[in-house]
Amino acid sequence: MKKKKMTAKARKEAVTGLLFITPTIIGLLILNYYPIFETVYQSLCRTGDFGIGNTFIGLENFVRLFQDKEVFRTLWNSVKYAALSLPLTIAISLVLAVLLNRKMHMRGLYRTIFFLPMVCAPAAVAMVWKWMFNQDYGLLNHIFHAKINWVTDPKIALIAIVIVGVWSSIGNNMILLLGGLQDIPRDYYEAASVDGSSGVHCFLHITIPLLSPMLFFIIQTGIMGALQLFDLPFMIMDESSRAWPSVKTITYLFYEYAFVKSERGYGAAIIMFLICIISILTYLLQKSEAKWVHYD
Amino acid sequence: MGWRAKQRLTSGTIHLFLILGSLVMITPFAWMVLTAFKSRSESISVNPFYIFPGNGWHFENFIEVWNSYNFLILYKNTLIMIFLRVLCACLTATLAGYAFGRLKFPFKKFFFALILVQMMVPGQIFIIPQYLIVSKLHMMNTQFALLLPGAVTAFGTYLCKQGYQSLPVSLEEAAELDGASITQRFLFIMLPLTRSSLVSLGIFTALFAYKDLMWPMIVCPKTQCTTLTAALSRLQGQFTSNYPQLMAGAVMAVIPMLILYLIFQKQFVEGIATSGGKL
Repeated sequence: MKKKKMTAKARKEAVTGLLFITPTIIGLLILNYYPIFETVYQSLCRTGDFGIGNTFIGLENFVRLFQDKEVFRTLWNSVKYAALSLPLTIAISLVLAVLLNRKMHMRGLYRTIFFLPMVCAPAAVAMVWKWMFNQDYGLLNHIFHAKINWVTDPKIALIAIVIVGVWSSIGNNMILLLGGLQDIPRDYYEAASVDGSSGVHCFLHITIPLLSPMLFFIIQTGIMGALQLFDLPFMIMDESSRAWPSVKTITYLFYEYAFVKSERGYGAAIIMFLICIISILTYLLQKSEAKWVHYD
Repeated sequence: MGWRAKQRLTSGTIHLFLILGSLVMITPFAWMVLTAFKSRSESISVNPFYIFPGNGWHFENFIEVWNSYNFLILYKNTLIMIFLRVLCACLTATLAGYAFGRLKFPFKKFFFALILVQMMVPGQIFIIPQYLIVSKLHMMNTQFALLLPGAVTAFGTYLCKQGYQSLPVSLEEAAELDGASITQRFLFIMLPLTRSSLVSLGIFTALFAYKDLMWPMIVCPKTQCTTLTAALSRLQGQFTSNYPQLMAGAVMAVIPMLILYLIFQKQFVEGIATSGGKL
């Protein structure tokens, strides 16, 4: 009798559980899992004229992709963006977090200010910076009494994008690192100062190791985000500009083929290629984790 | 030099550094607002003393951009999209989060793996098929299209599950002894206690929807059907070098979120910090 009651209760729990997850699971299947297979299939197809119809062509898109110089140039642009912006962002936000990790006046105000770009649409941020970068009337050249072609010189344009990217994301990383710093017990530093350790020594041997899980998280999400960069170059540069080829990202190339040129098949192949690269990087990063990330 | 004096010196240096940094952060915003009130000829006259609009504040920039782009409709579209996405995401995620965090049911591990895997896959892989779904349903340029990719959320489910798991088991056991059903326990005891995860999820969802550029550009190419962010890219095409008007558009696009942020700072910071680098 008692056992039967238990199973009735367990059954009710099981039914409720399944009912509760149904909307989410159905949504994920339609909006995410079916699309994964569809994208893989599309990458093996040639899209017909005006984006109508698919012809299965096997790996032809990938053969074309590996001979397409533009794919590798745009990928290289994305990689360069990641390689320049990520270390800068982390270094600056780490310094800010360390400075703000103490009782001080105006602490909340500083935090509010550095965090401001996070609540602005990148499209609007990009427009403002485009104006700041203007060669003749822009504020930057005005302040520095320079005549730099920020957005039209192919050698400098990527640096301009990196500046905007770093400016936009230091606030967010600062908050994450500040959270990490606050979890480090005070007595570690007190013990070190009794032993006569210097500030730099403490930073390298206490702060960095104890902060490494958070740093790892930031690096991982940062690489993924940077390689998927789309809106900043798109909004800051003109496609007619001679600097455009040196800032065009691989995600933009995907967008262009899939939605502007109506070559969905090739666009799908490009995004599959990018995802493979992101996966390889993530795998390598995870493997390196054991070497430098310390968990308690 | 005494210990106190030394302390004061370091603290002064730190403030100096932070104030300089703050200036770098604020300058673009200030320049945006100031330019938006200038006349066109003034915006391209380079004179350091003309930081502020010299010959009166030109509100007509705002009026002209407002009228030619019908910002009222853009605000409405953006607001409805954000509202629907937040509603759907919070509703589905809190139900699923409770089930994953608290209930026993068959294939739980498998279903949860579906959640985790989705979180690891870069979002662009979903876009082409999602676009095809919208286009096959003849739903281009509709609110439905804007809502669709945000209707459910794996990340939100994960967030809510963490929230439910952190609550003590004894709470529910006590209610169960009093004869409360699962649904009652969920609605009246557990759900109110995970309010903070829901607020975080809501803010994250709202910001993500507001900032997204690619999706509205793809499914809502018509200016009167699209969002603020996507309209900005159009604006830039039309007013190419009329910077005061471009800045007026940018100001109108960022102001609502900025005001919300200044009011609900704590919640915003927590909401974004829980999402990590996903924004």
